Amino acid sequence: MTNTVLIVDDSKLARIVTSKAVIATYPSWKKIEAGNADEALALLSQEKVDLAIIDFNMPGRNGLELAEEIRKINATMPIALATANFQDEIIAQARTLEVSFIAKPITPEGLGGFLTGAALKLRSAP
Amino acid sequence: MNGSELALDEMERDALAELVNIGVSRAATGLRAMVGEPVILSVPSVEVVSRKAAATLIQERESDQLIAVRQDFQGVFSGRALLIFPQANSMALVRAVSGDELSPEELKALENEALAETGNVVLNSCLATMANMLQQPLGISLPFVIRGDGPIFFELNESVTDAGVVLFLYINFAIAGRNIRGYIAMLMDLPSLEALKALIGEFLARVMGSDDLGQFT
Repeated sequence: MTNTVLIVDDSKLARIVTSKAVIATYPSWKKIEAGNADEALALLSQEKVDLAIIDFNMPGRNGLELAEEIRKINATMPIALATANFQDEIIAQARTLEVSFIAKPITPEGLGGFLTGAALKLRSAP
Repeated sequence: MNGSELALDEMERDALAELVNIGVSRAATGLRAMVGEPVILSVPSVEVVSRKAAATLIQERESDQLIAVRQDFQGVFSGRALLIFPQANSMALVRAVSGDELSPEELKALENEALAETGNVVLNSCLATMANMLQQPLGISLPFVIRGDGPIFFELNESVTDAGVVLFLYINFAIAGRNIRGYIAMLMDLPSLEALKALIGEFLARVMGSDDLGQFT
């Protein structure tokens, strides 16, 4: 099954690295990119997105604020927050939103677990 | 501004901002553990400016005296890292990291040591993360506390004239629950900028695969 993954990061480099990490595990998945939360929400309203990988520290709305918006329209989409900022409050908020944590810098190994979990969840979804 | 041969292109600037972002995010995690309150970060700024302009960037937003923990780093590229905040916030930060049960006299006696240690955790975590990602060891000096205004913090080398440009990276941080705010800043002079530019090129090639570079730039 081919899924579409939305990659949201204000850094182009980080989007490229994330994209490559997705390719390493699932070469056939479609990847779409957004540079901030507003762009991401615009894409979500236009395209079918199956899962999202979101940077935390971005200009405008941060990654958790974006995840909160996404949860209003999609309660079950697998979402990962990519950050090196592991403060307790951020982890707690991510848990509340059922958002996974991915350590930055992103590596194929670090992202693989989330992607495989998401693939299983999406396959078993009705 | 400076000659175009030294300017960082869009991708190099992006990569540097992302390196700083990852370093500072880890540093914020450490600081949060020390103060017991959430630490909020801004998005990093990366600028090539005159030394004077770097001082002005901080100074024009701060009318009060500042205090900074300074650590110099040395390696393939060298420079200075600073944790800067208004002097008025100093005791609040000392209290946040030392515990609320200490008396004002005890806190005062601890002030410099507590500030130096806080700076040490934040700046080391930031510098070490960047050094690891660039695969270059950096020697990091002991922290020391300086008080004053912008220019004092940014004099890298007495022999360099004011006309010299520096790479200036900075990020705002705030500890909302304690009314503390400040900056994490990094300053590098020209030879370091050239060395860093080369390292960022290698870093980009490593993480992206050189064959992909053309497609994205």
